[in-house]
Amino acid sequence: MTKIALEVNGKKVTKDISDHTTLSELLRDILNLTGTHIGCDTSQCGACVVHVDGKSIKSCTALAADLDGSKVTTIEGLASNGKLHPMQEAFKKMHGLQCGFCTPGMVMSAVDLLKNKKNPSDQEIRDWLEGNICRCTGYHNIVAAVKEAASKM
Amino acid sequence: MKTFNYHSAKDVKEASKLASSNSAFLAGGMTTIPSMKLGLASYKDIIDIKRIKKLSGIKVSGKTVTIGATTKHSEVASSKDVKKAIPSLAALAEGIGDPQVRNRGTIGGSIANNDPAADYPSACIALNATIHTNNRSIDAEKFFRGMFETCLKSTEVIEAIEFSIPEKSSYQKLPNPASRYAIIGVYVAKHKTGINVGVTGAKSCVYNDKDLAGALTKNFSSSAIDSVKISSSGMNSDIHASSDYRANMVKAFAKKAVDAC
Repeated sequence: MTKIALEVNGKKVTKDISDHTTLSELLRDILNLTGTHIGCDTSQCGACVVHVDGKSIKSCTALAADLDGSKVTTIEGLASNGKLHPMQEAFKKMHGLQCGFCTPGMVMSAVDLLKNKKNPSDQEIRDWLEGNICRCTGYHNIVAAVKEAASKM
Repeated sequence: MKTFNYHSAKDVKEASKLASSNSAFLAGGMTTIPSMKLGLASYKDIIDIKRIKKLSGIKVSGKTVTIGATTKHSEVASSKDVKKAIPSLAALAEGIGDPQVRNRGTIGGSIANNDPAADYPSACIALNATIHTNNRSIDAEKFFRGMFETCLKSTEVIEAIEFSIPEKSSYQKLPNPASRYAIIGVYVAKHKTGINVGVTGAKSCVYNDKDLAGALTKNFSSSAIDSVKISSSGMNSDIHASSDYRANMVKAFAKKAVDAC
């Protein structure tokens, strides 16, 4: 067991965890933040993307033990005071989801993209979302949603 | 994932001391963690080296670029120094995996793993890299031994990779459309001392294609490659590409790389 202290969505968290606990397991099974999804569990599908110290990573492939002292933001941490984040609003408005399984990861990746690039082109959005797989929408509306969010943020 | 003991090493000496034949060093974990989840690997001890400050960072001197082992792909890709000194190396880093993998994956991890389809090993070969560990300096040509195999000892830690700055260079790859691993990748570099053509993805291990390098030494143009015969013998053949196709693509992408130099 390892003791870790980190900040998740602005709240300080201290836990004793097994050494092989991944960040996605810590979030879902220990902190009950089930918005972060686990799809492939081997860092290909992107359903588990969260931000660690401001950068998007795949939480299924990070050990919680090695994130001691980090700041983590999950999909639950985007909305403030009951108001959706502009990226969440844009996915809703542009129908950027169908079943919704991949959506938390898509949104978290897309928010990181707009941090680095304010007005990305279609190609830049598609390149950036390469590590996020959606099996329903065909990506077209996801790209439209990211563009919509870019125009509002 | 099977259980293991997690250690965060404070310096290289401690990391090396904790290591055994039943341990693995952890940097980005982009291969190590999925491999453990899939049951392809298991270790008694995982030794995290990410918090060892001296293992991260980029230094450019007159003739070389030295990149610390735990420097992330995204850091190499966005480094102004690397872009200026060896633009092809920054471009290679930008093409690895996806943004989240580039935010975690490290150069040292990539070469220690020596995946036959990884990008960085071809850069090491093409750019006459020296791999500095905690007890020796190894030429890239001697470092990569075979599929997922290097000459590293189990207690040996890669500290930095030192690349020679070439006169001109280019890395061109045919990526698998899903994983972005190289079906084949060709890194052409022209140094004052000679030409290297690092090829990844084609065989079980990265190699320097001496025939292509020889033809380019006589005449550094893509037309010089036309007459070079590339044998498909010993090349990988899988659902993505046959060995004949790979051999043809090595030639096509070598030409592309020369034209882009």
